[in-house]
Amino acid sequence: MLSTVEQVAGWARKNSVWPATFGLACCAIELMSTGGPKHDLARFGMERASASPRQADLMIVAGRLSQKMAPVLRQIYDQMAEPKWVIAMGVCASSGGMFNNYAIVQGVDHVVPVDIYLPGCPPRPEMLIDAIVKLHDKIQNTKFGAHRAKQIDELELQALRALPLIDQGSAK
Amino acid sequence: MSSDNLPGVPEEPIARTGMFGATGTGDTSGYGRLVVRRKPELSTPRPYGGYFDTVADELERALGAELADAVERVVVDRGELTFHVRRERLVEVARTLRDDPALRFELSLGVSGVHYPHLEGEELHAVIHLCSITHNKRLRLEVSCPDADPHIPSTVSVYPTHDWHERETWDFFGIVFDGHPALTRIMMPDDWDGHPQRKDYPLGGIPVEYRGAEIPAPDQRRSYS
Amino acid sequence: MSAPYEEITDATEGKVYTVSGNDWTELVETLTGQQDEQLVVNMGPQHPSTHGVLRLVLNLDGETVTEARTVIGYLHTGIEKNMEFRTWTQGTTFVTRMDYLAPIFNETAYCLGVEKLLGITDRVPERAQAIRVMMMELTRISSHMVAIGTFGMELGATTPFLFGSREREMVLDVMEYITGLRMNMAYIRPGGVSVDLPAGAVDKVGELLKIMPQRIKDMRKMLDANPVYLARTKDVAYLDLTGCMALGITGPMLRAAGLPWDLRKSQPYCGYETYEFDVPTERTADVYGRYLVRMAEMEQSLKIIEQALDRLSGPLKGDRVMVDDKKIGWPAQLALGPDGLGNSPDHIAHIMSGSMEALIHHFKLVTEGFRVPAGQAFASVESPRGELGAHVVSDGGTRPYRVHFRDPSFTNLQAVPATCEGGMVADVISAVASIDPVMGGVDR
Ligand code: SF4
Repeated sequence: MLSTVEQVAGWARKNSVWPATFGLACCAIELMSTGGPKHDLARFGMERASASPRQADLMIVAGRLSQKMAPVLRQIYDQMAEPKWVIAMGVCASSGGMFNNYAIVQGVDHVVPVDIYLPGCPPRPEMLIDAIVKLHDKIQNTKFGAHRAKQIDELELQALRALPLIDQGSAK
Repeated sequence: MSSDNLPGVPEEPIARTGMFGATGTGDTSGYGRLVVRRKPELSTPRPYGGYFDTVADELERALGAELADAVERVVVDRGELTFHVRRERLVEVARTLRDDPALRFELSLGVSGVHYPHLEGEELHAVIHLCSITHNKRLRLEVSCPDADPHIPSTVSVYPTHDWHERETWDFFGIVFDGHPALTRIMMPDDWDGHPQRKDYPLGGIPVEYRGAEIPAPDQRRSYS
Repeated sequence: MSAPYEEITDATEGKVYTVSGNDWTELVETLTGQQDEQLVVNMGPQHPSTHGVLRLVLNLDGETVTEARTVIGYLHTGIEKNMEFRTWTQGTTFVTRMDYLAPIFNETAYCLGVEKLLGITDRVPERAQAIRVMMMELTRISSHMVAIGTFGMELGATTPFLFGSREREMVLDVMEYITGLRMNMAYIRPGGVSVDLPAGAVDKVGELLKIMPQRIKDMRKMLDANPVYLARTKDVAYLDLTGCMALGITGPMLRAAGLPWDLRKSQPYCGYETYEFDVPTERTADVYGRYLVRMAEMEQSLKIIEQALDRLSGPLKGDRVMVDDKKIGWPAQLALGPDGLGNSPDHIAHIMSGSMEALIHHFKLVTEGFRVPAGQAFASVESPRGELGAHVVSDGGTRPYRVHFRDPSFTNLQAVPATCEGGMVADVISAVASIDPVMGGVDR
């Protein structure tokens, strides 16, 4: 059995993601049902929702983030141990959604770096699970040290080259 | 154009033209020439119908001659009774409504602010909905104050539930409730500028500082070039 | 009590009042400096046991809470203001996101208000009313299930949560089948509902009616006489009728204090007067009493759903679900397609190739919306948490001039100091959970 240290570490990390649930609004209810018996997040080793940010490495921002809450979110993010990931669940967390007004931060990426944007209002639990699986894939393939720097550059370049969605066609 | 041939156009002032009230950008609907006219302010003549007459009579009796000037106008509209109350008299009226055995409006459903920038001298309104559990009746109190002097006496002493409701109305509309035990902001952060639900406050695009970073208005945000 | 203003200064323009009040951080600082034996504990806004983004600042003397302060606003969304920039119909999309555990109630309260302004309350078809009633009662069950489930979880018991979310999932499946969405469905519209019940919906609800009573019994079996549960709930967070009245508290909390005040009975709307059901009450005025009221309410809800279902499949079958006024009713009688989207092929064929007038009418109604005569109205419904009122103001335009929601969670949350002070710190959790605040409704 051959593998790299990176792959082994990635495998270990991805199978024991501890989410710090940041339930804010309606999406948090769907997040809760994801943990419920029907959708059962425990299948991914993620049922242990961490109440303390210190023992968590994934933050699922579920819901609309108000200006008043933003500093709190950042503080919790800062308290989490590295390496850490963020899922912006729902359109509100991703971009402000339908609430383009004075009270709501127009996307949590104004405050914390986001790894996965999950659309939907609210996203179905299945969609959240899909986002988590995609994140697992990302975690698995994270590189270390100099490789990581190179990976970041590559991903950046890829993103810059990407065509607008309308030009990408339906073929993946 | 001769007006004989046209249906009568109401004389009320124009409230708004266009659809979204947007100027320049924003109104893409093609309904820019929509004209909305404003309804004149009326008070309803007696009889009001239903239980409203009884309530009005009882209130008049309970207030007595001394407070006869408390109620400015009575409006009955869409099956709802509204007393427009002079703000100086609000607390007495509320107390009477709560305590008089024939009235007993013991449950208050809170204070709701409304901003009418066009009503000169009474721009800010606080609307209180009351419910009598004993008699199963409802009524509405409306108090107004000018924008230049946004003071309304607090009714927390009569209805303790108004504590948060008045704070909310202060937060959103800037109505100062004199005598409120702790009139602080409730929804917005403590250091917020302005009162966001007034009509003169924009919907978005408020520069919000967060550790030195400003969030621009929605229409100037994120250019992907 | 201090003076209402921090300072009053005389300036050339007149008096200047400063009402800044105390900052919460300042407050905590002052309190910490003052009392040597007192401990100030800050719970939230991000805390798993406070039901969302609620913040509690507790003053503790040992284990006893001497002062409890509630700080809200961490979820303020500006929904009320946002609605002023959208048409009346689009308003339902916003209100449904307020109290997100009971979306149908928000929509109904808002639509009843708009209908009152339009003067079409009596013209809303009976079938639409019956569907509204059925959907509201379904929502009540799912909301109470979450309330009891999260309550259990916050006390450290996972099983009630698992039960509660399993049952809620069942209701959500039905909701999805009928409306196309699990939550935030914007199903109730001014004048009726957006789509008629799809084929098979009656059977689905019937199935739920068969399973649910047993599930509620299971929950009761687990909790009603559970000694641990009793120890955590009995005589905790006592709030009697006087306190409830003064604080404007409605809903299960009021009924647990012994007053059978339920708007469905006292001021019926949507035809509730024609349904047969009881208003459960308790006299204990504590957390356990509130739990019992919620349980009994779910059983009553099942009774109402059954009656509504009988009417929907019987005398009201094939009726319209939107008011018969082409100027108000959303143009299409939407049909739920096989793709789960609400569209209407017949209507599209009609406007695109049949009638130019229909196309114009459709366009006008969809982009501009309908006009609502100027005035104000207040409509309230009995939501799972109490009286939910919508104060709707129109200036005669196609958009609301102002909409304000009197949310029961907002008002009921004011009872936190009254129920917690003097008690143990552990009981704060059960006190708050028994109020069942939904922060989306509190902060809007
Ligand atoms: S995305 Fe939708 S469901 Fe999620 S928080 Fe925002 S409004 Fe609620």
